[in-house]
Amino acid sequence: MEKIEEIQKNLEQHIPGVELIAERDAFLIDRKDLLTVARHLKENPSYAIDYVSCVTGVDYKEYLECVYHFYSMAKKLGPIILKVRVKKEDPKIPSLTPLFRGAEFQEREAYDMIGIVFEGHPDLRRILMWDGFAHFPLRKDYIPEDQDV
Amino acid sequence: MVDEGLKSELQKQGLFVTSIEQLYNWGRRSSIWPLQFGLACCAIEMIATACARYDLARFGAELFRGSPRQADLMIVAGTVTKKMAPQVVRLYNQMAEPKYVITMGACSISGGPFREGYNVLQGIDRYIPVDVHIPGCPPRPEALLEGIMNLQKKMDAQKLWQMEWYKQGKKREYPVPEFGPNGLIPKYNPEVFDPMKGNIETEDIRPKT
Amino acid sequence: MEEENIALETQLLEINLGPQHPSTHGVFRMNVTLDGETVVRLKPVMGYLHRNHEKIAESGTYLSSMPFTDRLDYFCSMTNNLAYALAVEKLTGIEVPERAQYIRVIMAELTRLVNHTVLVGFLMNDLGAFFTPTLYAFREREKILDLFEATSGARMMCNYMRFGGVKADFSPGFIEKAREIVANYPRFLDEFEKLLTENEILMSRCQNVGILSKELAVQASVTGPMLRASGVDYDIRKVDGYSIYPRFKFRVPLGEKGDVYDRYYIRILEMRESCKILEQALRDIPEGEFISKQGATGAKSPRTFKPAKGDVYGRIEAPKGELGFYLVSDGTANPYRYHVRPPSFINLTILEDMCLGQKIADTIVILGSIDIVLGEVDR
Repeated sequence: MEKIEEIQKNLEQHIPGVELIAERDAFLIDRKDLLTVARHLKENPSYAIDYVSCVTGVDYKEYLECVYHFYSMAKKLGPIILKVRVKKEDPKIPSLTPLFRGAEFQEREAYDMIGIVFEGHPDLRRILMWDGFAHFPLRKDYIPEDQDV
Repeated sequence: MVDEGLKSELQKQGLFVTSIEQLYNWGRRSSIWPLQFGLACCAIEMIATACARYDLARFGAELFRGSPRQADLMIVAGTVTKKMAPQVVRLYNQMAEPKYVITMGACSISGGPFREGYNVLQGIDRYIPVDVHIPGCPPRPEALLEGIMNLQKKMDAQKLWQMEWYKQGKKREYPVPEFGPNGLIPKYNPEVFDPMKGNIETEDIRPKT
Repeated sequence: MEEENIALETQLLEINLGPQHPSTHGVFRMNVTLDGETVVRLKPVMGYLHRNHEKIAESGTYLSSMPFTDRLDYFCSMTNNLAYALAVEKLTGIEVPERAQYIRVIMAELTRLVNHTVLVGFLMNDLGAFFTPTLYAFREREKILDLFEATSGARMMCNYMRFGGVKADFSPGFIEKAREIVANYPRFLDEFEKLLTENEILMSRCQNVGILSKELAVQASVTGPMLRASGVDYDIRKVDGYSIYPRFKFRVPLGEKGDVYDRYYIRILEMRESCKILEQALRDIPEGEFISKQGATGAKSPRTFKPAKGDVYGRIEAPKGELGFYLVSDGTANPYRYHVRPPSFINLTILEDMCLGQKIADTIVILGSIDIVLGEVDR
């Protein structure tokens, strides 16, 4: 597995105009670049990324973040980690489901638990809570009901 | 009932004396048919109890029915979540009298280790009456066998003429809770549950010392 | 006479294979739309066992989540514990002593035996061989559960792994008993196979049912025996080489067609490979400590266990697939974000595609061959 600086150089070479900030072992990218970077990783034969292993939504109080872990089953390498940050007032991120089918349920769960809206997802609705539930439980400011009164 | 000495005398002559109530209860408690209703981890211990090592079949309870209309006993094994609670109450309503409920495991008694979760119902006894509680996480198969034996003792002690379902053919049905924006509505059923005291209908069948 | 082709007017039937159904996979619901007996649409509904594991973990210490990981995939509590311990050790850099590594591998492979045996039993339940193969499977499972109980104190929810090692060493006599069980296991598998593998009913009901192609499996992030039955060679024990797996010689069986029969047979083959790993581990286990010094202090006073700021993703090859933990630490004793990557949940993505065009009875069998456990799907 290449070092992160080499991957950054490689990606900036092939995708003009992309902004990548390397933080330890992950890349912080803007949401408008997500699909281009993911498509490039998939089609580039030296990476051949074909497997999105984990899609996680995190609530840092000033912003929401979505973390993607990519691996390659064909070349047995990985992980390549991408992070996308959005504000709470405008939590929209383009969906990876058209490129990687395996992200379908994981993005639905990130929507259900944290409230990130994935544009382009074929069926974005709640998956673990019932449909009428009005809150996003894994946000830090969520208060559950008190069953003792 | 009948004097024990008289009973043994008559038995030596080949006459067996009992009452209809005892016979009826003996038949009922020796062939309890549970409902196939495993929710979570405790269900696996329930299956292990039904398997060859701990054999539930000796108690007459080996036949797990798939439909609630054909079952006598609902063993609520596992965590009851708020999303699942309306279905549990619906299944209870569909069972025919006489029906019993055993809550197996800490989760269905009071929420268990997951009690502080936003989707976890703190005990199924908020909505339906419960007869036997079996604590444990998960309870060992021997504990489930002890619970079934306690239920059998309770069934033996039930006086038929005083049971509602025998006298008037009444069936116990409870209103099904609905999904609200942050929980279930209502939070508990005041007919069966008092927040200060717990489940109202459970009787204590332990021998009084 | 003219033959008139009068088409019978039919409607699609929408039924609910609801949360309570006579299949031991738990509270899982499928909304199925049928045309006669053929499945036209299938939407899974889950969340009936959503127990808020991730939220509860945020309010407890790192060690307090260990018993909750037992209850994720409740058949395989040891491998769940192992995955979490590995993730935290990756975050903090704690070293694990040699003997503890061997103990962990032995427990993980015993768990794999338990899981695959029980899965074959439950799959036969779904096919209609109600309960006889399950009884055989549970008989073997009880022998291994005795070993777990002797070491960790509990049959199912073991809570055995700690950060930096394990909770307690083997009891005396464990290794001889384990060697005996592992030596007899291939004979039990032969007995099982004699009843099942060449069975005419099994072959006609399982072959060519629920075929999953290689490309679709990789696209849909399927992992575990289901992926290998479709022919993709990806076993995290070989790819990542976590713990001390690179020291053991074992093969990775691969399937050809990706139908239900392949998924059943690959589990039998994997059990034989696990027996090989267990023989090697039980032969080579050295003397030593069962937990490192740093791990022991962390276990005694969990509130002082404060990893440095950062995030980590640790994954293992659990018996059902890739089990991963994503942890974000903010320097305090509680994790800031704790996320579980469950194999059963993600393997379900492809359920609808596999079931389209099949009969309703085959749907139950296909669901059984995916090997889901609701504790993991819903967390």
